[in-house]
Amino acid sequence: MDYPTLIAILDSTLRLATPLLLACLAGLYSERSGVVDIGLEGKMLMAAMASGVVAYLTGNVWAGVGAAIGASILFSMIHGLASITFRGNQLISGVALNFLASGLTVLIAQALFHQGGRTPALSGNARFSTITLPFEAEIRQVPILGPLYSDVLSGHSILVYVALLAVPVTWWVLYRTRFGLRLRAVGENPESVDTAGISVVGMRYGALVITGLLCGLAGAYMSTGLQAGFGREMIAGRGYIALAALIFANWHPWRALGATMLFGFLQALALRPDVLSNFGLSVPDAFLDALPYVLTVIVLAGVVGKPTPPKAGGQPYVKER
Amino acid sequence: MTVMKSVLGAAAMFALSSHASLADPALIYDLGGKFDKSFNEAAYRGAARWVEETGGSYKELEMQSEAQREQALRRLAESGANPIVTTGFAFADTLNTVAPDYPDTTFAIIDSIVDQPNVRSIVFKEEQGSYLVGMLAAEASKTGTVGFIGGMDIPLIRKFACGYVQGAKAANPDIKILQNMTGSTPAAWNDPVKGAELAKAQVSQGADVIYAAAGGTGIGILQAAADEDILSIGVDSNQNMLHPGKVLTSMVKRVDNAVFDMFSAGADLEPGTVTLGLSDDGVAYAMDENNADLVTDAMRAPVDAAGAKIAAGEIEVHDYTTDSACPVQ
Repeated sequence: MDYPTLIAILDSTLRLATPLLLACLAGLYSERSGVVDIGLEGKMLMAAMASGVVAYLTGNVWAGVGAAIGASILFSMIHGLASITFRGNQLISGVALNFLASGLTVLIAQALFHQGGRTPALSGNARFSTITLPFEAEIRQVPILGPLYSDVLSGHSILVYVALLAVPVTWWVLYRTRFGLRLRAVGENPESVDTAGISVVGMRYGALVITGLLCGLAGAYMSTGLQAGFGREMIAGRGYIALAALIFANWHPWRALGATMLFGFLQALALRPDVLSNFGLSVPDAFLDALPYVLTVIVLAGVVGKPTPPKAGGQPYVKER
Repeated sequence: MTVMKSVLGAAAMFALSSHASLADPALIYDLGGKFDKSFNEAAYRGAARWVEETGGSYKELEMQSEAQREQALRRLAESGANPIVTTGFAFADTLNTVAPDYPDTTFAIIDSIVDQPNVRSIVFKEEQGSYLVGMLAAEASKTGTVGFIGGMDIPLIRKFACGYVQGAKAANPDIKILQNMTGSTPAAWNDPVKGAELAKAQVSQGADVIYAAAGGTGIGILQAAADEDILSIGVDSNQNMLHPGKVLTSMVKRVDNAVFDMFSAGADLEPGTVTLGLSDDGVAYAMDENNADLVTDAMRAPVDAAGAKIAAGEIEVHDYTTDSACPVQ
């Protein structure tokens, strides 16, 4: 594998990892607060549809992003209502929302545009354009590191940089703010938070709003950043890979960055069978596609360190009477 | 259970037949949906043309989920519709179950072969149409590298790829052809983002014409090709208008003609297997105002000559599905 090929693969990695990273951080907020969210996929799908529809109707991509966030938060709140307020099973609520999104997105897009559940192709301001980072041309001259900056980091839509920025922000919020301390506490030991006079329900709803926001960005990036419109089931399982990445990352923001980049790299590598065969390896694409899940199972089995999920995860909080 | 079924069936029949006269033809669209800009839409156009020319009426049904297949077929059969045309290979198993129960109704399936005494199977020689667009791709390529991106890795899609490779090599023996499949599960038909990444990966390897045979994923491939300022080739329906001036041509399957002919035959439709190729205008490469400037007469001449030879049987295009192998790579 020569250097330009590696650069091309890393470039592709960053694009493919961004929706995973946003969704993974979304799941991190929710699960750290003690609400398991298997509905990341459904929220991303709703967001992708909403941003495709609104960006097309208004001709403005930011209006699309706003709609994506709105649709995603709406689904997040339904999840909250079912699993926090009514103390339903969080897994079932999440799965139900995934099914609902799968049908609802196609229904709405079909009713509006009659194009087989697709939204019309976006162009111009209805789509995210790519951003060239400052001094891109000058830094390109630097050997080895230059192309890494100019070809890999530069030239993506703004949501890629928002996603990368969300990692340190998430770390800071979780470990350096009062809100973060309470959020982690509510996922580990909600009784103690309750005893301190802080509303467990309020904290969990707050976390779900952030989850909705990040899933909204992930979905909008898929349909208005990477693509020019929504297509049926276009998330194609990325919400589940993000969940796997969350477990792989042991519910930690910096590790989430590493895990999603690794999974993105595997996806990008699967696009280039020629590279693998150059190494004398004949690996079926399906194996590379499955590798994120295989790695996650290995981590869950405790082969590399012990996974430490939030202790109160998956359990609705019942105040003692 | 059977009593219940017939009661329900009778109710459904009453509901469906209240408007239309008996023995209208019927058309069932597969999961892609009626207006998918591709396969199903072509079937719809054929039916619409039949209505326009004959003034007849037909029944249609759009599948919404996998579970509806059998129910939808039975309902239409019991309503007296004849013939009943289904689009897509996914109906094959269901037809094998349902067709024997309605011996007086003729069913038809497009893109698959169902061996029942009252089923008409229509398959296309996709390898022939792909051969022609392969030649065009090789002629249009400036880099000497062209690409193919398939949807789900199944023999039908390998058949497209193999025809394309043969055509490209015929036009330019030194051409390099990159081949990728989007995936090995049905999700591969609906992953435009992965399709776009595959297209970008092929561009980075030098491809400047990419043929997409990938259903909904193809929308992403055509989009990425337009964004990267290279040419793409559409499939099934004419997709030239999706990105005018950026789509070199489309390999069209004349599903519309097939539906039109079957509707015209009406209840007298003969069962059996029909294979439509270049000689029957079953497949073709699409020309319209959107790609008139991309495909010059000088490019068309050898392609049309090869097309005539294939139709006459002088050039044999290998069909991947006959031996699960492709003679050239």
